[in-house]
Amino acid sequence: MGTLVGTGSLVRLALRRDRVRLPIWIVGLTVVPVITASALADLYPTVESRRQFGSILSSNPSLTALIGPVFDPSSIGGLTAWRVGGFIAVLVALMSLLTVVRHSRAEEEAGRLELLGATVVGRHAPLTAALVVAFGANLVLAALVALGLAGLGEPAGSVALGLSFAAVGWVFAALAAVTEQLTAHARTATGLAGLILGVTFLLRVAGDASGEDGPVWLSWLSPIGWAQRIRPFADERWWVLAFPAAFAVVLVAVAHLLVAHRDLDAGLIPTRSGPETAAPSLRSPLGLAWRLHRASLAWWTVAFAVVGVVLGGIADGMRALATDNPQLRQLIAAMGGEKGIIDSYFSSMMGVLGLVATIYGLQAALRPRAEEVGLRAEPLLATPTTRLRWLGGHVVFALVGVVVPLAAGGAAAGLVHGLRTGDAAEETPRVLAGALAQLPAVWVTVGIAVALFGLLPRMVGVTWAALVLFLLVSQFGPMLQLNQWLLDVSPFTHVPKLPGGEFAATPLAWLALVAVGLTAAGFAGFRRRDITTE
Amino acid sequence: MKTAISVSGLHKSFGRTHALDGLDLRVGEGEVHGFLGPNGAGKSTTLRILLGLLRADAGTIRLLDGDPWHDAAELHRRLAYVPGDVSLWPNLSGGEVIDLLGRLRGGLNPKRRDEFMERFDLDPSKKGRTYSKGNRQKVALVAALASDAELLLLDEPTAGLDPLMEAIFRECITEERDNGRTVLLSSHILAEVEALCERVSIIRHGRTVESGTLAELRHLTRTSITADLAHPPTGLETLSGLHDLTVRGTTVSCEVDGDRLDEVLRHLTRFGVVGLVSQPPTLEELFLRHYEDDLNGTANEAVA
Ligand SMILES: Nc1ncnc2c1ncn2[C@@H]1O[C@H](COP(=O)(O)OP(=O)(O)OP(=O)(O)O)[C@@H](O)[C@H]1O
Ligand SMILES: [Mg+2]
Repeated sequence: MGTLVGTGSLVRLALRRDRVRLPIWIVGLTVVPVITASALADLYPTVESRRQFGSILSSNPSLTALIGPVFDPSSIGGLTAWRVGGFIAVLVALMSLLTVVRHSRAEEEAGRLELLGATVVGRHAPLTAALVVAFGANLVLAALVALGLAGLGEPAGSVALGLSFAAVGWVFAALAAVTEQLTAHARTATGLAGLILGVTFLLRVAGDASGEDGPVWLSWLSPIGWAQRIRPFADERWWVLAFPAAFAVVLVAVAHLLVAHRDLDAGLIPTRSGPETAAPSLRSPLGLAWRLHRASLAWWTVAFAVVGVVLGGIADGMRALATDNPQLRQLIAAMGGEKGIIDSYFSSMMGVLGLVATIYGLQAALRPRAEEVGLRAEPLLATPTTRLRWLGGHVVFALVGVVVPLAAGGAAAGLVHGLRTGDAAEETPRVLAGALAQLPAVWVTVGIAVALFGLLPRMVGVTWAALVLFLLVSQFGPMLQLNQWLLDVSPFTHVPKLPGGEFAATPLAWLALVAVGLTAAGFAGFRRRDITTE
Repeated sequence: MKTAISVSGLHKSFGRTHALDGLDLRVGEGEVHGFLGPNGAGKSTTLRILLGLLRADAGTIRLLDGDPWHDAAELHRRLAYVPGDVSLWPNLSGGEVIDLLGRLRGGLNPKRRDEFMERFDLDPSKKGRTYSKGNRQKVALVAALASDAELLLLDEPTAGLDPLMEAIFRECITEERDNGRTVLLSSHILAEVEALCERVSIIRHGRTVESGTLAELRHLTRTSITADLAHPPTGLETLSGLHDLTVRGTTVSCEVDGDRLDEVLRHLTRFGVVGLVSQPPTLEELFLRHYEDDLNGTANEAVA
């Protein structure tokens, strides 16, 4: 037990540090299903209206791919669980993995753990404390979701939905506990866990894309798939909870074993030594930015290409799914026939790609703040390097860099689909255009980050909240029939639906203009302000 | 002598913390200037303002005949900086960092780079946090010393260096002084200041409390005297500038203010001086007096 000494005080310390952050996450993630349920109750008050809505939903294959299958559309709870389940699960996973890395590896990398480690703190205490905080946060979330949905009068369903979120959270908290043992850098540990989250999401998409006849077993390989297959509000299958629970237990045990086998500050993958002199390219702020961003950019590009291949590969399945239901042929015809179905599938998938690519863009745009706080900006700014050039190096990788993964994803999706249907030359540019049309909206979000960096550097974290807001608005807004002005808040609302939709240059030009304005404001603010270290 | 740095009436607040409160500083060209003061006195803040990283709230600042805020980039061609807290990029080796900083400054003489690397016994192939604290410090030192900058701004550059490296650092700075470089050296190591600096400025609570050559500062402070006299002395109480006086028979020991020394000695000779031991103030005493005043001052403020 000696290795756990001090866990209690570390938990209290972590809770104190997260006294704003965690409540925002938890409340935000609770509010979404609650609001969704009440909006659905208003929109579809009768069982009949819900059934009808449900059959329209099941006929939309891209929704099934993106969100998962509807298990029981006749109840409000069933619709809510279906609509928000997959997305909330992803966000819960993010909250959990970020929380764990933040309180263990990031602390260690910053050297603060050493300070604590010298006091009475056992070897396993920091990791255990981080896990306790993350697991606890998920439990609170589960309880709040269950309470928030109590009004539906189906306690079993509400509890199951809450637990399905918590289960995903536990798995990814435990997963981050393992990835952060492999590398000495918090950034890499988070990236690795995030990559695995992306893969599990993709597995579920591939598994659900072609309905019951498709490779449904793929979804059973994904923690997000497990969460949905607990079937909250649709004849709950409690035994499915055993999968995430067992998986989390195994991962936690592995993480604790790994901790015992590594040194403080080290990862299991040792840091190699580097060159004695710098390559000729490392001679400018841009050269340095390239060194700092290239690994992340390469990973994102590979990941997006893989996602593109999968999305392109399952696109043709949309046709089969759609025509399953003869009664809905009319509807399909109204959507532009089979071609229209596939186009709308691609356009909604490219919308999601755009939102996800924004994560890369924000990471790159917020890197200067991390450099500043980490005292790595000062030595550079004490050379003739101007502030604008230093910031510009990073911002280039945010604004221009983000084009690369998006283009890779769009081109791969179009190409693979084109190869399967025999018209690659036509499909590739169409889907690629759908991906690139997202760019102005991505740039606006990156622009918000740059503006905050220049004008309110202590508030840069707000950018992530903005991205989550945009995600929620664009994913849930239209179905909940939110006010148009609320929808308009998200730049992604203004992106034309390509391929298939009508191309409109005006909104894109406006978005680009807003992005330019925000970025310029950020640069101007940065020229004027102090370099701060907290 | 021309002035490399002149600062007067410098103010800087962070929210409600008044970090600098009318600081004055003058550093002549070609001079090694010691910059001293208790923790939190405002040394690093001053250096950051001189680098244009922070913007002063008030005061006039000239650095190499330029304005550190407006002419930052041009001025930075002519200076090099070693921060108090050196943080390196996790995926860059020390050698890469040294080259990068040198190139950003407009080129680096590879011979000097290798020479300093050897003298400081630095392994340039390690990365980021795999360096020990002292070795991280050396990376920044080598980068600064190998440059041909005319002004070096050093913020506690030897914190974390072992005694051997500390000696090498002193050697290097002495050479640089002989080459005519100007150095502003913030430090808590008094022996280092004594060995290297012609002039020092002592600051406290963001204000300059003392500035001058070491000899001048010594003069300002007290000399301790122990005298054996032929007859028991009288009338010592009437003298001003005497402190901690003890008289045991014919032996007198006391501390004397620098400017009262003559008067006190004259008085003592009247009683026939048989033996005399006098100790000039050590630098330690000189600084401790300022630093301790600081503690008393804070205590008084707290009471008030
Ligand atoms: N960014 C900041 N925000 C708030 N307060 C600050 C900031 N930077 C410095 N201070 C405060 O300003 C004062 C001067 O700090 P500074 O770092 O200049 O001291 P210093 O003389 O370098 O001390 P040390 O010898 O410990 O390095 C301190 O009270 C410090 O807490
Ligand atoms: Mg300091």
